[in-house]
Amino acid sequence: MKLLELLGYFNYWVFAIVLMVGLYAVISKANLIKKLIGLSIFQSAVFLMYITMDKVEGGTAPIIQKGVENQIFSNPLPQVLILTAIVVGVSTLALGLAMVVRIKESYGTIEENEILDAD
Amino acid sequence: MIDILIDVFSWVLLILGGVCVLIGGIGGLRLPNFYTRIHAASLTDTMGAILIFVGMMLQSGLTLATLKLFAIMLFLLLTGPTATYALANAALLSGLKPDTGSNHDEVEKEEPAE
Amino acid sequence: MIFVFAIFLLSLLVITSIAIVRTTNLFVAVMLTSIFSFLMAANFFILDAADVALTEAAVGAGVTTVIFLCALALTGEREKPRINGRKTARVAVAILASLMIYATFDKPRLGDPDAPVHQHIAPWYIEKTTEHMDFPNVVTAILSSFRGYDTLGEVFVVFAACIGVLFILGVPPPAQKRLNKVVEQNKGLRHHLIPQVVGRLVIPFIVLFGLYTQFHGEYGPGGGFQAGAIIATGIILYALLEGENKALQAVPRSVLLGMVIGGALLFGSVGVICMFMGGNFLEYSVLSADPIWGQQLGILVIEAGVGMAVCGALLSIFHAFAARENVS
Repeated sequence: MKLLELLGYFNYWVFAIVLMVGLYAVISKANLIKKLIGLSIFQSAVFLMYITMDKVEGGTAPIIQKGVENQIFSNPLPQVLILTAIVVGVSTLALGLAMVVRIKESYGTIEENEILDAD
Repeated sequence: MIDILIDVFSWVLLILGGVCVLIGGIGGLRLPNFYTRIHAASLTDTMGAILIFVGMMLQSGLTLATLKLFAIMLFLLLTGPTATYALANAALLSGLKPDTGSNHDEVEKEEPAE
Repeated sequence: MIFVFAIFLLSLLVITSIAIVRTTNLFVAVMLTSIFSFLMAANFFILDAADVALTEAAVGAGVTTVIFLCALALTGEREKPRINGRKTARVAVAILASLMIYATFDKPRLGDPDAPVHQHIAPWYIEKTTEHMDFPNVVTAILSSFRGYDTLGEVFVVFAACIGVLFILGVPPPAQKRLNKVVEQNKGLRHHLIPQVVGRLVIPFIVLFGLYTQFHGEYGPGGGFQAGAIIATGIILYALLEGENKALQAVPRSVLLGMVIGGALLFGSVGVICMFMGGNFLEYSVLSADPIWGQQLGILVIEAGVGMAVCGALLSIFHAFAARENVS
Protein backbone atom coordinates (compact mmCIF):
# COMPACT_ATOMS: atom_id res chain seq x y z
CA MET A 1 0.00 0.00 0.00
CA LYS A 2 2.87 2.28 0.81
CA LEU A 3 4.30 1.64 -2.65
CA LEU A 4 1.00 2.43 -4.34
CA GLU A 5 0.81 5.69 -2.45
CA LEU A 6 4.27 6.59 -3.65
CA LEU A 7 3.29 5.75 -7.21
CA GLY A 8 0.54 8.35 -6.90
CA TYR A 9 3.33 10.88 -7.22
CA PHE A 10 4.84 9.20 -10.28
CA ASN A 11 3.19 11.62 -12.69
CA TYR A 12 4.73 14.55 -10.86
CA TRP A 13 8.16 12.96 -10.94
CA VAL A 14 7.85 12.43 -14.66
CA PHE A 15 6.77 16.04 -14.94
CA ALA A 16 9.84 17.20 -13.00
CA ILE A 17 12.25 15.07 -15.01
CA VAL A 18 10.79 15.94 -18.42
CA LEU A 19 10.69 19.62 -17.47
CA MET A 20 14.36 19.52 -16.54
CA VAL A 21 15.29 17.59 -19.68
CA GLY A 22 13.65 20.37 -21.67
CA LEU A 23 15.43 23.02 -19.65
CA TYR A 24 18.74 21.24 -20.18
CA ALA A 25 18.22 21.30 -23.94
CA VAL A 26 17.42 25.00 -23.80
CA ILE A 27 20.44 26.03 -21.74
CA SER A 28 23.15 23.67 -22.95
CA LYS A 29 22.53 23.23 -26.68
CA ALA A 30 23.87 25.80 -29.12
CA ASN A 31 21.66 24.84 -32.03
CA LEU A 32 18.63 27.12 -32.13
CA ILE A 33 16.24 24.47 -33.46
CA LYS A 34 17.35 22.12 -30.71
CA LYS A 35 16.61 24.89 -28.23
CA LEU A 36 13.11 25.24 -29.64
CA ILE A 37 12.58 21.48 -29.42
CA GLY A 38 13.71 21.70 -25.80
CA LEU A 39 11.28 24.52 -25.24
CA SER A 40 8.41 22.46 -26.61
CA ILE A 41 9.38 19.54 -24.34
CA PHE A 42 9.40 21.97 -21.43
CA GLN A 43 5.95 23.17 -22.44
CA SER A 44 4.60 19.62 -22.76
CA ALA A 45 5.84 18.87 -19.24
CA VAL A 46 3.81 21.78 -17.91
CA PHE A 47 0.77 20.45 -19.78
CA LEU A 48 1.33 17.09 -18.15
CA MET A 49 1.34 18.67 -14.69
CA TYR A 50 -1.93 20.50 -15.28
CA ILE A 51 -3.66 17.44 -16.69
CA THR A 52 -2.34 15.34 -13.79
CA MET A 53 -4.05 17.73 -11.39
CA ASP A 54 -7.43 17.32 -13.08
CA LYS A 55 -7.73 13.60 -12.39
CA VAL A 56 -10.23 12.50 -9.76
CA GLU A 57 -10.26 8.92 -8.56
CA GLY A 58 -13.05 6.96 -10.25
CA GLY A 59 -13.94 9.95 -12.38
CA THR A 60 -14.61 10.08 -16.08
CA ALA A 61 -14.11 12.70 -18.77
CA PRO A 62 -16.34 15.70 -17.96
CA ILE A 63 -19.16 14.89 -20.36
CA ILE A 64 -22.44 14.71 -18.49
CA GLN A 65 -24.60 11.75 -19.47
CA LYS A 66 -28.28 12.35 -18.93
CA GLY A 67 -30.13 10.02 -16.61
CA VAL A 68 -27.03 8.74 -14.86
CA GLU A 69 -26.92 9.72 -11.21
CA ASN A 70 -23.92 10.33 -8.97
CA GLN A 71 -21.26 10.52 -11.62
CA ILE A 72 -17.80 11.70 -10.68
CA PHE A 73 -16.12 13.97 -13.19
CA SER A 74 -12.53 14.97 -13.54
CA ASN A 75 -11.87 18.67 -13.18
CA PRO A 76 -12.66 20.34 -16.52
CA LEU A 77 -10.87 23.62 -15.81
CA PRO A 78 -7.22 22.52 -16.32
CA GLN A 79 -8.33 20.74 -19.47
CA VAL A 80 -9.71 23.98 -20.90
CA LEU A 81 -6.53 25.87 -20.07
CA ILE A 82 -4.29 23.25 -21.66
CA LEU A 83 -6.52 22.74 -24.68
CA THR A 84 -6.07 26.35 -25.70
CA ALA A 85 -2.43 26.39 -24.60
CA ILE A 86 -1.52 23.56 -27.00
CA VAL A 87 -2.79 25.48 -30.02
CA VAL A 88 -1.22 28.72 -28.84
CA GLY A 89 1.99 26.76 -28.20
CA VAL A 90 2.27 25.60 -31.80
CA SER A 91 1.62 29.11 -33.12
CA THR A 92 4.31 30.66 -30.98
CA LEU A 93 6.67 27.80 -31.84
CA ALA A 94 6.10 28.58 -35.51
CA LEU A 95 6.97 32.20 -34.80
CA GLY A 96 10.23 31.10 -33.20
CA LEU A 97 11.02 28.83 -36.12
CA ALA A 98 10.34 31.66 -38.55
CA MET A 99 12.93 33.77 -36.73
CA VAL A 100 15.41 30.88 -36.82
CA VAL A 101 14.90 30.61 -40.58
CA ARG A 102 15.63 34.31 -40.99
CA ILE A 103 18.71 34.03 -38.78
CA LYS A 104 19.97 31.18 -40.95
CA GLU A 105 19.50 33.31 -44.03
CA SER A 106 21.35 36.29 -42.66
CA TYR A 107 24.15 34.52 -40.75
CA GLY A 108 24.41 31.24 -42.63
CA THR A 109 24.32 29.28 -39.39
CA ILE A 110 21.97 28.49 -36.54
CA GLU A 111 24.61 27.65 -33.96
CA GLU A 112 24.45 30.20 -31.19
CA ASN A 113 28.20 30.58 -30.62
CA GLU A 114 28.89 31.06 -34.34
CA ILE A 115 26.23 33.75 -34.50
CA LEU A 116 27.79 35.49 -31.51
CA ASP A 117 31.22 35.25 -33.16
CA ALA A 118 29.87 36.73 -36.37
CA ASP A 119 28.45 39.74 -34.59
CA MET B 1 -22.77 -20.84 -23.63
CA ILE B 2 -22.41 -18.90 -26.87
CA ASP B 3 -21.39 -15.84 -24.86
CA ILE B 4 -18.52 -17.69 -23.24
CA LEU B 5 -17.42 -19.03 -26.61
CA ILE B 6 -17.39 -15.54 -28.12
CA ASP B 7 -15.51 -14.22 -25.10
CA VAL B 8 -12.87 -16.95 -25.29
CA PHE B 9 -12.52 -16.48 -29.04
CA SER B 10 -12.10 -12.72 -28.70
CA TRP B 11 -9.46 -13.14 -26.01
CA VAL B 12 -7.60 -15.62 -28.22
CA LEU B 13 -7.67 -13.04 -31.01
CA LEU B 14 -6.51 -10.25 -28.68
CA ILE B 15 -3.61 -12.34 -27.39
CA LEU B 16 -2.61 -13.39 -30.90
CA GLY B 17 -2.71 -9.72 -31.93
CA GLY B 18 -0.54 -8.83 -28.95
CA VAL B 19 1.92 -11.55 -29.95
CA CYS B 20 2.03 -10.13 -33.49
CA VAL B 21 2.78 -6.66 -32.16
CA LEU B 22 5.47 -8.09 -29.91
CA ILE B 23 7.07 -9.99 -32.80
CA GLY B 24 6.97 -6.83 -34.86
CA GLY B 25 8.66 -4.90 -32.08
CA ILE B 26 11.37 -7.50 -31.54
CA GLY B 27 11.92 -7.73 -35.29
CA GLY B 28 12.21 -3.96 -35.56
CA LEU B 29 14.98 -4.03 -32.99
CA ARG B 30 16.83 -7.20 -33.89
CA LEU B 31 16.80 -7.61 -37.66
CA PRO B 32 20.01 -6.63 -39.46
CA ASN B 33 19.13 -3.91 -41.96
CA PHE B 34 16.53 -1.29 -42.78
CA TYR B 35 14.32 -3.20 -45.22
CA THR B 36 14.07 -6.27 -43.05
CA ARG B 37 13.27 -4.07 -40.08
CA ILE B 38 10.34 -2.31 -41.73
CA HIS B 39 9.20 -5.68 -42.99
CA ALA B 40 8.95 -6.77 -39.36
CA ALA B 41 7.43 -3.50 -38.18
CA SER B 42 4.71 -3.62 -40.82
CA LEU B 43 3.41 -6.74 -39.09
CA THR B 44 2.17 -4.57 -36.25
CA ASP B 45 -0.09 -2.41 -38.35
CA THR B 46 -1.54 -5.17 -40.49
CA MET B 47 -1.89 -8.48 -38.67
CA GLY B 48 -1.63 -6.98 -35.19
CA ALA B 49 -4.23 -4.32 -35.95
CA ILE B 50 -6.68 -6.74 -37.58
CA LEU B 51 -6.51 -9.32 -34.78
CA ILE B 52 -6.75 -6.79 -31.96
CA PHE B 53 -9.60 -4.86 -33.57
CA VAL B 54 -11.62 -7.98 -34.39
CA GLY B 55 -11.08 -9.13 -30.82
CA MET B 56 -12.29 -5.80 -29.47
CA MET B 57 -15.29 -5.80 -31.81
CA LEU B 58 -16.30 -9.21 -30.49
CA GLN B 59 -15.92 -7.88 -26.95
CA SER B 60 -18.16 -4.88 -27.55
CA GLY B 61 -20.97 -6.85 -29.22
CA LEU B 62 -23.41 -5.23 -31.61
CA THR B 63 -23.21 -1.58 -30.55
CA LEU B 64 -22.16 1.74 -32.00
CA ALA B 65 -18.69 1.09 -30.59
CA THR B 66 -18.31 -1.87 -32.96
CA LEU B 67 -18.97 0.38 -35.94
CA LYS B 68 -16.44 2.92 -34.71
CA LEU B 69 -13.84 0.20 -34.13
CA PHE B 70 -14.48 -1.09 -37.64
CA ALA B 71 -14.00 2.40 -39.08
CA ILE B 72 -10.73 2.85 -37.17
CA MET B 73 -9.54 -0.56 -38.34
CA LEU B 74 -10.30 0.35 -41.93
CA PHE B 75 -8.42 3.62 -41.52
CA LEU B 76 -5.39 1.87 -40.03
CA LEU B 77 -5.44 -0.81 -42.71
CA LEU B 78 -5.37 1.90 -45.36
CA THR B 79 -2.74 4.12 -43.81
CA GLY B 80 -0.37 1.63 -42.16
CA PRO B 81 0.80 -0.26 -45.25
CA THR B 82 0.90 3.01 -47.19
CA ALA B 83 3.20 4.51 -44.59
CA THR B 84 5.46 1.44 -44.74
CA TYR B 85 5.50 1.65 -48.53
CA ALA B 86 6.31 5.37 -48.46
CA LEU B 87 9.12 4.71 -45.97
CA ALA B 88 10.65 1.97 -48.10
CA ASN B 89 10.27 4.04 -51.24
CA ALA B 90 11.91 7.06 -49.64
CA ALA B 91 14.80 4.89 -48.47
CA LEU B 92 15.25 3.46 -51.94
CA LEU B 93 15.17 6.90 -53.57
CA SER B 94 17.74 8.26 -51.14
CA GLY B 95 20.18 5.55 -52.17
CA LEU B 96 19.79 2.77 -49.64
CA LYS B 97 20.02 -0.41 -51.69
CA PRO B 98 18.10 -3.48 -50.61
CA ASP B 99 20.99 -5.87 -50.19
CA THR B 100 20.21 -9.15 -48.52
CA GLY B 101 23.79 -9.82 -47.61
CA SER B 102 24.56 -6.62 -45.75
CA ASN B 103 24.34 -6.47 -42.01
CA HIS B 104 24.06 -2.74 -41.51
CA ASP B 105 22.73 0.28 -43.34
CA GLU B 106 25.43 2.88 -43.36
CA VAL B 107 27.71 1.25 -45.96
CA GLU B 108 25.88 2.26 -49.09
CA LYS B 109 25.27 5.83 -48.14
CA GLU B 110 25.91 7.54 -51.44
CA GLU B 111 24.84 10.87 -52.77
CA PRO B 112 21.12 10.74 -53.47
CA ALA B 113 20.32 10.48 -57.15
CA GLU B 114 19.26 13.85 -58.48
CA MET C 1 -4.53 -2.24 -14.76
CA ILE C 2 -4.73 1.13 -16.49
CA PHE C 3 -2.37 2.34 -13.76
CA VAL C 4 0.38 -0.03 -14.88
CA PHE C 5 -0.16 1.11 -18.45
CA ALA C 6 0.10 4.74 -17.38
CA ILE C 7 3.41 4.09 -15.62
CA PHE C 8 4.69 2.32 -18.73
CA LEU C 9 3.70 5.25 -20.95
CA LEU C 10 5.17 7.82 -18.59
CA SER C 11 8.48 5.95 -18.46
CA LEU C 12 8.51 5.89 -22.25
CA LEU C 13 7.88 9.63 -22.17
CA VAL C 14 11.00 10.21 -20.07
CA ILE C 15 13.09 7.93 -22.28
CA THR C 16 11.88 9.66 -25.44
CA SER C 17 12.61 13.11 -24.08
CA ILE C 18 16.14 12.11 -23.13
CA ALA C 19 16.64 10.55 -26.58
CA ILE C 20 15.47 13.80 -28.20
CA VAL C 21 18.06 15.80 -26.32
CA ARG C 22 20.88 13.31 -26.89
CA THR C 23 20.61 12.88 -30.66
CA THR C 24 22.64 15.22 -32.84
CA ASN C 25 20.55 14.64 -35.95
CA LEU C 26 17.75 17.17 -35.82
CA PHE C 27 15.61 15.14 -38.22
CA VAL C 28 15.65 12.26 -35.76
CA ALA C 29 14.91 14.68 -32.94
CA VAL C 30 11.83 16.00 -34.75
CA MET C 31 10.55 12.48 -35.43
CA LEU C 32 11.03 11.63 -31.77
CA THR C 33 9.10 14.78 -30.84
CA SER C 34 6.21 13.37 -32.83
CA ILE C 35 6.40 10.12 -30.84
CA PHE C 36 6.66 12.19 -27.67
CA SER C 37 3.44 13.98 -28.58
CA PHE C 38 1.59 10.74 -29.22
CA LEU C 39 2.71 9.36 -25.86
CA MET C 40 1.61 12.59 -24.27
CA ALA C 41 -1.80 12.31 -25.96
CA ALA C 42 -2.20 8.75 -24.67
CA ASN C 43 -1.34 9.94 -21.17
CA PHE C 44 -3.86 12.76 -21.40
CA PHE C 45 -6.50 10.25 -22.40
CA ILE C 46 -5.71 8.03 -19.42
CA LEU C 47 -6.00 11.10 -17.19
CA ASP C 48 -9.59 11.64 -18.46
CA ALA C 49 -8.79 14.61 -20.69
CA ALA C 50 -10.33 13.43 -23.97
CA ASP C 51 -10.51 16.89 -25.54
CA VAL C 52 -6.90 17.65 -24.74
CA ALA C 53 -5.75 14.27 -26.05
CA LEU C 54 -7.51 14.94 -29.35
CA THR C 55 -5.86 18.35 -29.65
CA GLU C 56 -2.41 17.08 -28.73
CA ALA C 57 -2.63 14.25 -31.25
CA ALA C 58 -3.70 16.57 -34.07
CA VAL C 59 -1.51 19.55 -33.24
CA GLY C 60 1.50 18.10 -31.45
CA ALA C 61 2.02 15.04 -33.57
CA GLY C 62 0.68 16.35 -36.86
CA VAL C 63 1.10 20.06 -37.41
CA THR C 64 4.15 20.67 -35.20
CA THR C 65 6.11 17.90 -36.89
CA VAL C 66 5.35 19.24 -40.36
CA ILE C 67 6.28 22.81 -39.41
CA PHE C 68 9.52 21.60 -37.82
CA LEU C 69 10.37 19.60 -40.94
CA CYS C 70 9.69 22.62 -43.15
CA ALA C 71 12.04 24.68 -41.00
CA LEU C 72 14.68 21.92 -41.06
CA ALA C 73 14.61 21.88 -44.86
CA LEU C 74 15.63 25.54 -44.69
CA THR C 75 18.24 25.33 -41.95
CA GLY C 76 19.91 21.94 -42.30
CA GLU C 77 19.54 18.93 -40.08
CA ARG C 78 22.96 18.46 -38.50
CA GLU C 79 23.67 19.79 -35.08
CA LYS C 80 27.28 20.67 -34.32
CA PRO C 81 28.60 19.17 -31.10
CA ARG C 82 29.48 21.58 -28.34
CA ILE C 83 31.83 20.72 -25.54
CA ASN C 84 32.06 23.52 -23.00
CA GLY C 85 29.47 24.43 -20.42
CA ARG C 86 27.79 21.04 -20.38
CA LYS C 87 28.80 19.89 -16.95
CA THR C 88 27.53 22.99 -15.19
CA ALA C 89 24.21 22.70 -16.98
CA ARG C 90 23.90 19.04 -16.03
CA VAL C 91 24.63 19.68 -12.38
CA ALA C 92 22.22 22.61 -12.24
CA VAL C 93 19.47 20.61 -13.93
CA ALA C 94 20.03 17.61 -11.65
CA ILE C 95 19.82 19.78 -8.54
CA LEU C 96 16.66 21.47 -9.78
CA ALA C 97 15.08 18.13 -10.68
CA SER C 98 15.75 16.66 -7.25
CA LEU C 99 14.40 19.80 -5.58
CA MET C 100 11.23 19.58 -7.65
CA ILE C 101 10.80 15.88 -6.91
CA TYR C 102 11.23 16.70 -3.23
CA ALA C 103 8.59 19.40 -3.56
CA THR C 104 6.08 17.03 -5.16
CA PHE C 105 5.65 15.23 -1.83
CA ASP C 106 3.70 18.24 -0.62
CA LYS C 107 1.27 17.87 -3.49
CA PRO C 108 -1.92 15.85 -3.15
CA ARG C 109 -1.41 12.46 -4.74
CA LEU C 110 -2.87 11.58 -8.14
CA GLY C 111 -6.66 11.40 -8.15
CA ASP C 112 -7.18 12.69 -4.61
CA PRO C 113 -10.79 13.97 -4.58
CA ASP C 114 -10.03 16.31 -1.66
CA ALA C 115 -7.26 18.18 -3.48
CA PRO C 116 -7.67 21.96 -3.39
CA VAL C 117 -8.07 22.13 -7.19
CA HIS C 118 -11.32 20.23 -7.05
CA GLN C 119 -12.84 22.31 -4.26
CA HIS C 120 -13.08 25.81 -5.57
CA ILE C 121 -14.91 26.45 -8.82
CA ALA C 122 -14.91 23.23 -10.85
CA PRO C 123 -17.98 21.72 -9.11
CA TRP C 124 -19.86 24.93 -9.84
CA TYR C 125 -19.03 24.68 -13.55
CA ILE C 126 -20.13 21.04 -13.68
CA GLU C 127 -23.36 21.85 -11.88
CA LYS C 128 -24.27 24.92 -13.89
CA THR C 129 -23.50 23.60 -17.37
CA THR C 130 -26.75 21.64 -17.52
CA GLU C 131 -28.66 24.57 -16.11
CA HIS C 132 -27.28 27.31 -18.38
CA MET C 133 -26.45 25.52 -21.62
CA ASP C 134 -28.14 22.16 -21.43
CA PHE C 135 -25.48 20.20 -23.28
CA PRO C 136 -23.17 17.50 -21.94
CA ASN C 137 -19.60 18.61 -22.64
CA VAL C 138 -18.48 20.75 -19.70
CA VAL C 139 -15.12 21.49 -21.32
CA THR C 140 -16.77 23.18 -24.30
CA ALA C 141 -19.10 25.09 -21.99
CA ILE C 142 -16.21 26.50 -19.94
CA LEU C 143 -14.08 27.13 -22.99
CA SER C 144 -16.59 29.13 -24.92
CA SER C 145 -18.95 30.62 -22.38
CA PHE C 146 -17.82 30.62 -18.74
CA ARG C 147 -14.28 31.58 -19.66
CA GLY C 148 -14.99 33.09 -23.05
CA TYR C 149 -12.62 36.01 -22.39
CA ASP C 150 -9.69 33.61 -22.06
CA THR C 151 -10.54 31.90 -25.29
CA LEU C 152 -10.95 35.21 -27.09
CA GLY C 153 -7.48 36.13 -25.88
CA GLU C 154 -6.04 32.81 -27.06
CA VAL C 155 -7.62 33.19 -30.48
CA PHE C 156 -6.03 36.61 -30.80
CA VAL C 157 -2.66 35.17 -29.75
CA VAL C 158 -2.96 32.58 -32.54
CA PHE C 159 -3.97 35.37 -34.90
CA ALA C 160 -1.03 37.56 -33.85
CA ALA C 161 1.44 34.66 -34.15
CA CYS C 162 0.16 33.88 -37.63
CA ILE C 163 0.51 37.52 -38.71
CA GLY C 164 3.99 37.56 -37.15
CA VAL C 165 5.10 34.50 -39.12
CA LEU C 166 3.72 36.00 -42.32
CA PHE C 167 5.60 39.23 -41.66
CA ILE C 168 8.89 37.53 -40.82
CA LEU C 169 8.82 35.10 -43.73
CA GLY C 170 7.10 37.42 -46.19
CA VAL C 171 10.32 39.35 -46.79
CA PRO C 172 12.24 37.92 -49.78
CA PRO C 173 15.46 36.20 -48.70
CA PRO C 174 18.87 37.80 -49.37
CA ALA C 175 19.78 37.55 -53.05
CA GLN C 176 23.21 35.93 -52.72
CA LYS C 177 21.77 32.89 -51.00
CA ARG C 178 19.64 32.00 -53.94
CA LEU C 179 22.25 29.83 -55.64
CA ASN C 180 22.79 27.71 -52.58
CA LYS C 181 20.63 24.72 -53.28
CA VAL C 182 17.70 23.56 -55.26
CA VAL C 183 15.14 22.09 -52.94
CA GLU C 184 12.91 19.56 -54.55
CA GLN C 185 10.22 19.44 -51.91
CA ASN C 186 7.84 21.42 -54.07
CA LYS C 187 6.88 18.56 -56.33
CA GLY C 188 5.04 16.71 -53.64
CA LEU C 189 5.10 12.98 -53.97
CA ARG C 190 4.35 13.01 -57.65
CA HIS C 191 6.06 9.73 -58.35
CA HIS C 192 4.48 8.01 -55.41
CA LEU C 193 1.23 6.70 -56.77
CA ILE C 194 0.16 4.59 -53.80
CA PRO C 195 0.33 7.30 -51.12
CA GLN C 196 -1.47 9.65 -53.47
CA VAL C 197 -4.35 7.28 -54.14
CA VAL C 198 -4.69 6.38 -50.46
CA GLY C 199 -4.46 10.06 -49.59
CA ARG C 200 -7.29 10.88 -51.95
CA LEU C 201 -9.33 8.18 -50.24
CA VAL C 202 -8.53 9.28 -46.72
CA ILE C 203 -8.36 13.09 -46.87
CA PRO C 204 -12.13 13.64 -47.38
CA PHE C 205 -12.78 11.54 -44.31
CA ILE C 206 -10.22 13.48 -42.26
CA VAL C 207 -11.91 16.75 -43.21
CA LEU C 208 -15.32 15.22 -42.53
CA PHE C 209 -14.13 14.07 -39.11
CA GLY C 210 -12.87 17.58 -38.49
CA LEU C 211 -16.28 19.02 -39.29
CA TYR C 212 -17.85 16.40 -37.04
CA THR C 213 -15.64 17.42 -34.12
CA GLN C 214 -16.50 21.04 -34.88
CA PHE C 215 -20.25 20.66 -34.76
CA HIS C 216 -20.45 17.80 -32.30
CA GLY C 217 -18.21 19.62 -29.82
CA GLU C 218 -21.06 20.33 -27.44
CA TYR C 219 -21.97 16.68 -27.12
CA GLY C 220 -18.69 14.81 -27.22
CA PRO C 221 -15.00 15.63 -27.17
CA GLY C 222 -14.37 18.30 -29.74
CA GLY C 223 -14.74 21.94 -30.56
CA GLY C 224 -13.18 24.67 -32.61
CA PHE C 225 -9.54 24.20 -31.60
CA GLN C 226 -9.51 20.47 -32.34
CA ALA C 227 -11.54 20.79 -35.51
CA GLY C 228 -9.34 23.56 -36.88
CA ALA C 229 -6.24 21.49 -36.21
CA ILE C 230 -7.70 18.31 -37.75
CA ILE C 231 -8.88 20.07 -40.92
CA ALA C 232 -5.51 21.80 -41.20
CA THR C 233 -3.80 18.40 -40.89
CA GLY C 234 -5.94 17.02 -43.70
CA ILE C 235 -5.11 19.90 -46.02
CA ILE C 236 -1.41 19.77 -45.11
CA LEU C 237 -1.49 16.08 -46.02
CA TYR C 238 -3.01 17.06 -49.37
CA ALA C 239 -0.24 19.63 -49.88
CA LEU C 240 2.44 17.04 -49.07
CA LEU C 241 0.99 14.48 -51.47
CA GLU C 242 -0.09 16.62 -54.39
CA GLY C 243 2.34 19.48 -54.10
CA GLU C 244 2.19 22.93 -52.65
CA ASN C 245 0.58 24.65 -55.63
CA LYS C 246 -2.35 22.29 -55.90
CA ALA C 247 -3.19 22.85 -52.25
CA LEU C 248 -2.99 26.60 -52.79
CA GLN C 249 -5.30 26.24 -55.77
CA ALA C 250 -7.80 24.39 -53.63
CA VAL C 251 -7.55 26.80 -50.69
CA PRO C 252 -5.82 30.01 -51.82
CA ARG C 253 -3.80 32.23 -49.48
CA SER C 254 -6.40 34.98 -49.51
CA VAL C 255 -9.05 32.54 -48.29
CA LEU C 256 -6.75 31.38 -45.48
CA LEU C 257 -6.04 34.92 -44.39
CA GLY C 258 -9.75 35.66 -44.61
CA MET C 259 -10.40 32.67 -42.36
CA VAL C 260 -7.92 33.87 -39.74
CA ILE C 261 -9.22 37.42 -39.71
CA GLY C 262 -12.86 36.40 -40.13
CA GLY C 263 -12.66 33.84 -37.34
CA ALA C 264 -11.18 36.27 -34.83
CA LEU C 265 -13.63 38.97 -35.93
CA LEU C 266 -16.59 36.61 -35.68
CA PHE C 267 -15.66 35.79 -32.09
CA GLY C 268 -15.26 39.44 -31.15
CA SER C 269 -18.36 40.61 -32.96
CA VAL C 270 -20.55 38.04 -31.19
CA GLY C 271 -19.37 39.65 -27.97
CA VAL C 272 -20.20 43.11 -29.26
CA ILE C 273 -23.62 41.99 -30.49
CA CYS C 274 -24.29 40.66 -27.00
CA MET C 275 -23.53 44.15 -25.69
CA PHE C 276 -25.89 45.75 -28.21
CA MET C 277 -28.64 43.40 -27.17
CA GLY C 278 -28.37 44.52 -23.59
CA GLY C 279 -26.06 41.97 -22.05
CA ASN C 280 -22.41 42.00 -21.06
CA PHE C 281 -19.57 41.30 -23.47
CA LEU C 282 -19.81 37.63 -24.49
CA GLU C 283 -22.97 37.04 -22.48
CA TYR C 284 -24.75 34.83 -24.98
CA SER C 285 -27.97 34.44 -22.99
CA VAL C 286 -29.35 37.67 -24.44
CA LEU C 287 -29.00 36.48 -28.04
CA SER C 288 -32.37 34.80 -27.97
CA ALA C 289 -35.59 35.00 -25.95
CA ASP C 290 -34.76 31.64 -24.41
CA PRO C 291 -31.46 32.05 -22.52
CA ILE C 292 -30.46 28.40 -22.95
CA TRP C 293 -30.96 28.59 -26.71
CA GLY C 294 -29.11 31.91 -26.71
CA GLN C 295 -26.14 30.28 -25.00
CA GLN C 296 -26.16 27.39 -27.45
CA LEU C 297 -26.36 29.71 -30.44
CA GLY C 298 -23.55 31.90 -29.16
CA ILE C 299 -21.32 28.89 -28.46
CA LEU C 300 -22.01 27.43 -31.90
CA VAL C 301 -21.02 30.68 -33.61
CA ILE C 302 -17.90 31.38 -31.59
CA GLU C 303 -16.74 27.76 -31.93
CA ALA C 304 -17.06 28.21 -35.68
CA GLY C 305 -14.98 31.37 -35.36
CA VAL C 306 -12.33 29.55 -33.33
CA GLY C 307 -12.24 26.70 -35.84
CA MET C 308 -11.82 29.05 -38.79
CA ALA C 309 -9.11 31.08 -37.07
CA VAL C 310 -7.09 28.05 -35.95
CA CYS C 311 -7.37 26.23 -39.28
CA GLY C 312 -6.49 29.35 -41.25
CA ALA C 313 -3.58 30.25 -38.98
CA LEU C 314 -1.99 26.79 -39.03
CA LEU C 315 -2.33 26.52 -42.81
CA SER C 316 -0.98 30.03 -43.42
CA ILE C 317 2.02 29.25 -41.24
CA PHE C 318 2.63 25.99 -43.12
CA HIS C 319 2.38 27.71 -46.50
CA ALA C 320 4.67 30.52 -45.37
CA PHE C 321 7.41 28.01 -44.49
CA ALA C 322 6.81 25.89 -47.58
CA ALA C 323 6.90 28.89 -49.93
CA ARG C 324 10.24 29.90 -48.42
CA GLU C 325 11.66 26.57 -49.51
CA ASN C 326 10.90 27.24 -53.15
CA VAL C 327 12.48 30.68 -53.15
CA SER C 328 15.78 29.95 -51.44
